[in-house]
Amino acid sequence: MNVFNIIGPVMIGPSSSHTAGACRLGRVVNKIIMDDPLKEVKIQLSGSFARTFQGHGTDRAILAGIMGYHSWSEEIRDAFAIAKERGIHYEFIPKDIPGSHPNTARVTYTCVDGKTGEIEGASIGGGNIRVDKIDDLDVNFNGESNTLLIFHKDTPGVIANVTNLMYWRYENLNIGNFHLSRREKGGPALMTIEIDQLPPEQLIDDLRKMDNITNAMMIRAI
Amino acid sequence: MIKYDSIEELVTLAEKEGRKISEIILADQALQIGKSEEELYQQMEKDFDIMTESFAWGQQPGQRSNSGLTGGEGVAMMQYADKGESLMGTFMGKAVATALSISNCNAAMGRIVATPTAGSCGILPGCLIPLYQEKKIPKRDIVMSIFTAGAFGMVIAGKASIAGAQGGCQAECGSAAGMAAAAMVEVRGGTPTMCASALGMALVNQMGLVCDPVAGLVEIPCIKRNAAGVVLAYCAADMALAGIPLYIPADECIDAMKEVGNQMSSTLKETAAGGLAATPTAQRLKEQVFGDRKAMTAG
Repeated sequence: MNVFNIIGPVMIGPSSSHTAGACRLGRVVNKIIMDDPLKEVKIQLSGSFARTFQGHGTDRAILAGIMGYHSWSEEIRDAFAIAKERGIHYEFIPKDIPGSHPNTARVTYTCVDGKTGEIEGASIGGGNIRVDKIDDLDVNFNGESNTLLIFHKDTPGVIANVTNLMYWRYENLNIGNFHLSRREKGGPALMTIEIDQLPPEQLIDDLRKMDNITNAMMIRAI
Repeated sequence: MIKYDSIEELVTLAEKEGRKISEIILADQALQIGKSEEELYQQMEKDFDIMTESFAWGQQPGQRSNSGLTGGEGVAMMQYADKGESLMGTFMGKAVATALSISNCNAAMGRIVATPTAGSCGILPGCLIPLYQEKKIPKRDIVMSIFTAGAFGMVIAGKASIAGAQGGCQAECGSAAGMAAAAMVEVRGGTPTMCASALGMALVNQMGLVCDPVAGLVEIPCIKRNAAGVVLAYCAADMALAGIPLYIPADECIDAMKEVGNQMSSTLKETAAGGLAATPTAQRLKEQVFGDRKAMTAG
């Protein structure tokens, strides 16, 4: 903690958890779609989010985040108009997700090029977030570090290949957190790796070329 | 490095070195964050400028909150204060109007600096902006004093809590009033001990204050509690500057606040299940805002 955790953050009101945190959750989606134009987003809001989203501007904040705005961007207020301008169709569905954190959102997106995906996460207080699921695979990261997502086939040697590449070619990269999840034995799996530094773009290209890796992406600290 | 685990640590260090609390904090934070003192000062000055912008934004007539429940409190109070009719005097009337305006800004989805939270964001600037704009105190003194406020806030956050969900409103508006009182004492040349006294005097006068937001929104009664927080902060700062001692040390006041927060029922800690939030009118207002929960489609 430092003095700017107390005097700050600078944010669009009214609520750090329901507005600023919602926007930051949206930003995770923005990072994952990597500037591909969006066609449609469906935003399911659960728990307290579902009950109070209009009063707290949770809807506008999360939509603004999905479009790349920050929790301090004045554009949050005009998020609906901006989405319309960009031709993004959006829908909010207040419907509880059983067993989830009280402030949970699930975003299903479709890009203009047909790419689709789903991200679920929670706003856990003070503007902090936790990402819980990406495309039905469990993850666990907060977006405060640079986070590497590696989609791969569950098979021996993939993790070793990734960490070896990171160490032997980019030796200064230090892993702060590692999380692995898979749908079934031998099925699709996802590595979530939080890194203390910002890796070069080349690492992502190198990872994508490796055996048994279907995709890799970098979510910069948000 | 400073540990920020007691007010006494900060006061003792400042008095030993014969410097202001804000000066030792700025030096320490520069070390801990790894930036120069000038960079941190600039960042704090920018935060103060944003507070001033929030005030101006909240002073625009016709603004309503996002829910539609509140709006115009800051404008009404400023017009009243400007007529010179305020019972508290024009200066205090304006200070209250400043806090109301910034809380209005927050509720209407304007940009604010959480000090220490969004719900209590009107108190510190409600105290400091009038010192700058009305009493013409140099900006540097004002900006520096925010480091003292922030350091005291760090101690409260570490020893107790600054979250309404954990400690009730005393933890948010109480902490903000205490931080603001300490900052103002420093601005007016009070000693570090007087800063600690002002903090304690504000805290003990908000002790037990519950967090009971109507419909769970940061509006009723939050906006007016920001106004009351400003008045309390001025009162505490003046008492400390008058040399009135704080009989229970500030650290023990913080511990007591934590204990009171622990004993508080969860219905009174930001759950909108008790206090003002449980009144029939509050229930009706909640229905008015959230009654229609159908899916929204557009675009």
